[in-house]
Amino acid sequence: MSTHDWPLYEVFVRSKRGLNHVHVGSLHAADDAMAVHNARDVYTRRNEGVSIWVVKAADITASSPDEKDPFFAPSADKVYRHPTFYDIPDDVPHM
Amino acid sequence: MTAQLSEVDLEHHFEHTIEHDQRIEPRDWMPDGYRKTMIRQIAQHAHSEIIGMQPEGNWITRAPSLRRKAILLAKVQDEAGHGLYLYSAAETLGVDRADLTERLIAGKQKYSSIFNYPTLSFADVGVVGWLVDGAAICNQVPLCRSSYGPYARAMIRICKEESFHQRQGFELLTMMMRGTDAQRQMVQDATNRWWWPSLMMFGPPDADSPNTAQSMAWKVKRHTNDELRQRFVDMSVPQAEALGVTFPDPDLKWNPGRGHYDFGEIDWAEFKEILRGNGPCNAERIAHRKQAHDEGAWVREAAAAHAAKQRDKELAA
Repeated sequence: MSTHDWPLYEVFVRSKRGLNHVHVGSLHAADDAMAVHNARDVYTRRNEGVSIWVVKAADITASSPDEKDPFFAPSADKVYRHPTFYDIPDDVPHM
Repeated sequence: MTAQLSEVDLEHHFEHTIEHDQRIEPRDWMPDGYRKTMIRQIAQHAHSEIIGMQPEGNWITRAPSLRRKAILLAKVQDEAGHGLYLYSAAETLGVDRADLTERLIAGKQKYSSIFNYPTLSFADVGVVGWLVDGAAICNQVPLCRSSYGPYARAMIRICKEESFHQRQGFELLTMMMRGTDAQRQMVQDATNRWWWPSLMMFGPPDADSPNTAQSMAWKVKRHTNDELRQRFVDMSVPQAEALGVTFPDPDLKWNPGRGHYDFGEIDWAEFKEILRGNGPCNAERIAHRKQAHDEGAWVREAAAAHAAKQRDKELAA
């Protein structure tokens, strides 16, 4: 038996209170508890985290491969969703 | 959902991404050559970190104080961590890290030539930190801008941690230089033995490095071997002066015309012999890695058996 049989986990770390968990990398572990322990040893040796999430890579559903996919096109053509779309006279304060 | 893009479109998109200094991410289309180059580069780097634990691990039980022992343990643990960040990055390219370990043990993949030299005295621990990690930092800082996203991100973490490695080495040497004549002699001796191998870490001269042009075009390499080697020499000379040691090179001198230090010819025959497996410690390093892997088999089996048992219990409940 080798680590071939250990599933791949993706690791997310919250670096401090008030911030989101952020993806930091992956590791292999025999089970969920071992994945959390290994994640602590590999990814938080210097106080990089106050909380860790691990999730089996196989359980992640992702958008299609290409990051410039038409899947995201609907968000690109609506400039009026951005505050800079609107002209406001320079002398209007606090806006 | 998506219309099938032709190979030409995909390649164009890939090149456009690199041209605009954007990162290639794991599930992007990439040319086979790029994928192979990245797997080779990242795996070789990961193996170097893992094999690199051995020369210094050699001194953990004999460190001269608890302080030095704690530092050395932390450093060797970091090397293991760096290896794991890199195996993680390599896996995003579709290889399996257990396979990479097997390929290392079978001698099918390489690691840095530097780790085939022995660490003969405790001063070597200091010089490895100062020069070997110093050279590694020189090599690695530009790789934080590698076009392959997961590799670049791993390099950022690694570079942050390497700084501690180099500084602990230099501090250790500073202390020894304040000691007895015998201790100063140990530092000079270690410096003599590690200087040339450290210069070899940057790889063959540009004229003999056929892959450099393609790697630079793909932005997986940002400077040539000779550029980085020169940068390292220029950085190291004032450090040696501050420490009070000399480098074993009679041709090493400042060239005001170039604004760089000139240095002597590197013994490339020795470098090639080591790459062929004939260095002082090649066989020992791989044998040790294999032994550690074999002796860990029961732990891996026990962990898998425990995980299976827990799963069965959950299903039964």
